[in-house]
Amino acid sequence: MHAIVCIKQVPDTTEVKIDPVRGTLIREGVPSILNPFDTYAIEEALRLKEQFGGKVTAISMGPPQAIEVLKEAVAMGCDEAILLSDRAFAGSDTWATAYTLSQAIRRLGPFDIIFCGRQAIDGDTGQVGPGIARQLKINQLTYVCKIQHIDFDKGEIRVERLLEEGREVVESRLPALLTVVKDINQPRYPTFKGIRRASRMEYPIWTAKDLEGANPAYFGLDGSPTRVVRVFTPPPRSGQTEIIQGETVQEQAAKLVEKLLAEKII
Amino acid sequence: MEFQLSDEHRMLEKTVREFAAREIAPTIKELDRTHSFDPGIFPKMAEQGLLGICIPERYGGAGMDYISLGLACEELEYVDTSARVIMSVHVGLYSCTLFQWGTEEQKQKYLVPAAQGDVIGAFGLTEPNAGSDVVNLQTTARREGDHYILNGEKTWISLADVADHFLIFAWTDMEKKRRRDHSGISAFIVERGWPGLTTDTIHGKLGVRAGNTGSISMNDVPVPAENLLGQEGEGFKIAMSALDQGRYTVAAGATGLIRACLDASVRYANERQTFGVPIGRHQLIQQMIAYMAQRYEIARLLYLRAGWLKNQGIRNTRETSLAKWYACDAAFDSASDAVQIHGAYGFCDEYDVERFFRNAKGAVIYEGSREIHQLLQAEYALGYRQDRPLRCELPAYDPETWTES
Ligand SMILES: Cc1cc2nc3c(=O)[nH]c(=O)nc-3n(C[C@H](O)[C@H](O)[C@H](O)COP(=O)(O)OP(=O)(O)OC[C@H]3O[C@@H](n4cnc5c(N)ncnc54)[C@H](O)[C@@H]3O)c2cc1C
Ligand SMILES: Cc1cc2nc3c(=O)[nH]c(=O)nc-3n(C[C@H](O)[C@H](O)[C@H](O)COP(=O)(O)OP(=O)(O)OC[C@H]3O[C@@H](n4cnc5c(N)ncnc54)[C@H](O)[C@@H]3O)c2cc1C
Repeated sequence: MHAIVCIKQVPDTTEVKIDPVRGTLIREGVPSILNPFDTYAIEEALRLKEQFGGKVTAISMGPPQAIEVLKEAVAMGCDEAILLSDRAFAGSDTWATAYTLSQAIRRLGPFDIIFCGRQAIDGDTGQVGPGIARQLKINQLTYVCKIQHIDFDKGEIRVERLLEEGREVVESRLPALLTVVKDINQPRYPTFKGIRRASRMEYPIWTAKDLEGANPAYFGLDGSPTRVVRVFTPPPRSGQTEIIQGETVQEQAAKLVEKLLAEKII
Repeated sequence: MEFQLSDEHRMLEKTVREFAAREIAPTIKELDRTHSFDPGIFPKMAEQGLLGICIPERYGGAGMDYISLGLACEELEYVDTSARVIMSVHVGLYSCTLFQWGTEEQKQKYLVPAAQGDVIGAFGLTEPNAGSDVVNLQTTARREGDHYILNGEKTWISLADVADHFLIFAWTDMEKKRRRDHSGISAFIVERGWPGLTTDTIHGKLGVRAGNTGSISMNDVPVPAENLLGQEGEGFKIAMSALDQGRYTVAAGATGLIRACLDASVRYANERQTFGVPIGRHQLIQQMIAYMAQRYEIARLLYLRAGWLKNQGIRNTRETSLAKWYACDAAFDSASDAVQIHGAYGFCDEYDVERFFRNAKGAVIYEGSREIHQLLQAEYALGYRQDRPLRCELPAYDPETWTES
């Protein structure tokens, strides 16, 4: 079994502040972390490896310091880790990011399954996973909260997807790309052995030249069809709070239900 | 000179930080409040490799170095002292001592399961009438055939009621006992379950309430002769060398406690307003915070140097004592100031700082009280004390052989 996990280095948004004048994110001095959703993607891939054997490859596109998140992936147990880093990739939108990652995945050779996080906590689009699947012409299973069944020999997978309205069970052929939500598992801590391996390992860095057969016009800012017109913080929503009074909790709950019914919320 | 942590150390620090935040922080307040020790923490620490962190892989450990041991202690005590105490006793005082002094058979039999975290070890030196004054021990070990028969009472022993194996110090030479000649003391590995050994828990402690502290009674406990650690008469030296590792973990832990006080104080100083400004704007509050920042840096440098010396295999009794003395006093002062900064809210258990304050006091007493370390440091400075090489030194860290299985 060969699983590939796409991971992104993001600013720790719990530490990000907004420039009050320009309304943009202040990124300076903000620590970078592994996109939290991607730790769940790594964990799920590692569980498959434990069950079926094989290997897990982590891949990330970003500046040289993104190697830090690859180290984390190896410390958790990934076998190999590759960084895609080149000035030519800078400014990629989700389309160009997906294109570049899919070109790298092609170069990695045969694979059975790809994992992504449901979204990156900075860009927040959730588009890169589906974009990669489309580029590779494989099925995408998004918002997966459980793998119910997987058989690599027969090339089948059945998953539960976490949707706003409930859960949906879907089947697909393999290889497929999954984007995962936090309900899917509880990521492990890096082991000390893994930490040792991660800090002593060499990490291959692939540049645009290494992606043979790719169209350089699709890389980076020039290859990105999206144009960001303006980044701004939406005005804060003003709402009214009301504290529901009552003698007992039951009474308060009953009043709350009445109000929700009256407002046609339920 | 290299003042930056290696990748390996940074990742380990982050991992243990997350471990403590996820596995210890959520329940600690309740455990502390109800004076409960949670034995469920052992398997979690074992799985993470913490219980054998600096023991070579061939002895069941995780094969990290001594600096890693210190960093792990700092991160654990950042959340609570109780988890760090497990490291001090089980890893520092017990496992490292077996690693240093044990025969190959003893290491296979006792160190391997300890480093894997399958059994928990404790360290029984202190007695009702022998704390700082170790030579006043009353426990005896009488040789009878291929056994020693142990009699005596140990108290204030961390993990006494929950550990499986104990390192026990007792007199084997009664003539030397009368003369208070410490070369009559020997060390033994003793197992729970052997006839005549019972343990108990001490209640009503000021701090470390989520930790277990207790007593061990030995009434004609037969201990096989092969469980003598080191040679007969080496017990005192073994105990003192064990403290080199124990004190190191206490110093590192106290450093974490200072950082916890600093972080809590900074958070509160930014939130709480008096006279129309956050209290962090008052210079007297700033002074307390400045001291915490200063103490944290000093304590950290001191323990990391001691850890580095251990890695190199250089004797560090003096440096470790200094690190321990400084960090524990500094942690107590920081915790006291942290309570002060929190005002009345620091005086109740809504905030963590009151627990930090109660926990900080213990370390000023155990593993060499403040006064004992002052005496040691003065004696070193005055030239009254010199460390002579030991028959068995703690092995220097070797990244190659420590990861061979
Ligand atoms: C402040 C800011 C400014 C931006 N400016 C522009 C701009 O000017 N022009 C523009 O076109 N776009 C811009 N972007 C979007 C940027 O290109 C996207 O962040 C990027 O393409 C990834 O999309 P995403 O962050 O929404 O990831 P998502 O699609 O939300 O990520 C989903 C999953 O895809 C995988 N993944 C995503 N990115 C990577 C990666 N680099 N390497 C490996 N795996 C990955 C991970 O598994 C992740 O969990 C900006 C984003 C931000 C935050
Ligand atoms: C929470 C906790 C956990 C512990 N865990 C362990 C453990 O796991 N194993 C173990 O063996 N022990 C343990 N101890 C015991 C600890 O090591 C002793 O309490 C310590 O050595 C001090 O001994 P004592 O309490 O008998 O005080 P004493 O030795 O009686 O000292 C009383 C006071 O006199 C001072 N004093 C003593 N001698 C001198 C001197 N020469 N000059 C100046 N002042 C002096 C001391 O500093 C102290 O202030 C633990 C103690 C505590 C509180």
